[in-house]
Amino acid sequence: MSDIFTLAGREFRSRLIIGTGKYRSHDEMKAAHKASGADMVTVAVNRVPLDRKTESFLDHLDPSMHILPNTAGCYDADHAIRTARLAREALETDWIKLEVIGDPITLLPDNEQTLEAARVLVNEGFIVLPYFTDDLIMAKKLLDAGCPAVMPLAAPIGSGMGVQNPANLKIMREQLPDATIIVDAGVGVPSDAAIAMELGADAILMNTAIAESREPEQMATAMKLAVEAGRLAYLAGRMPKRLYASASSPIEGAIR
Amino acid sequence: MNILLNGETRDVPDEINLDQLLEQLSLPSQRVAVELNKTVVRRADWTTTKVCDSDTIEVIHFVGGG
Repeated sequence: MSDIFTLAGREFRSRLIIGTGKYRSHDEMKAAHKASGADMVTVAVNRVPLDRKTESFLDHLDPSMHILPNTAGCYDADHAIRTARLAREALETDWIKLEVIGDPITLLPDNEQTLEAARVLVNEGFIVLPYFTDDLIMAKKLLDAGCPAVMPLAAPIGSGMGVQNPANLKIMREQLPDATIIVDAGVGVPSDAAIAMELGADAILMNTAIAESREPEQMATAMKLAVEAGRLAYLAGRMPKRLYASASSPIEGAIR
Repeated sequence: MNILLNGETRDVPDEINLDQLLEQLSLPSQRVAVELNKTVVRRADWTTTKVCDSDTIEVIHFVGGG
């Protein structure tokens, strides 16, 4: 069965997109990346340190990986736009994971600023993948602004709490059947990823769940399998939920 | 003259251009980007872009992130 994940005209083998932060070592990250099967990874834009020589972090990434820079750490549209422009210049990519944060405790997105930045960046030719609160109306606005996909959170960044509002994801899937929905942030364990995929997400973006696990390489494999399982289950179509039992074995013909 | 480079005040020679600035400070030149007073300066324009007193410059690269 052909089930290729296509985003902005580009085909990806994997529906798992992974981050590059918080790993204990570059080797651990590389092993996890390989095990995950992901072919798109996120990176962050940061000031070059002035006091010491630095090697390029990008050298530690598999060159076949599609690199998706983010605007993490930006608290308003203006900063996010500037960060996206810098990322484009440095990486020669139009792709940007747009992240405008509303407050440092929850790292919840500032949807209003995100939308403002998305409009400007789309207009400048960026492929804007926005991280936002799992809200249908916001998703519609971001898609109308020209984003090729929307990236609702499952739970706050790095919280590992899993899909906090499955109804919101389900509604988004049903009401936007043609939209590309990538669940970004909040996955903690493979079952969370599977749930998001079962609800109809097209892909999942995660970082901490793999990087902060005790064995990132193993967890990356587990996440890969969970994303695949959830996707297959979504395509297969789940059985209806019932309040009462429905016997699997024939009742008629049982001995008495 | 003084500039604000990545949030730090730096004393740099007059008549220096962006390309020379990066070289003098031993900053990497590959897969980085430079912003001068909040506007990105294309790599091709580094040698012709003079740094002026009180300029605010950001030089960025990439780090791990999610």
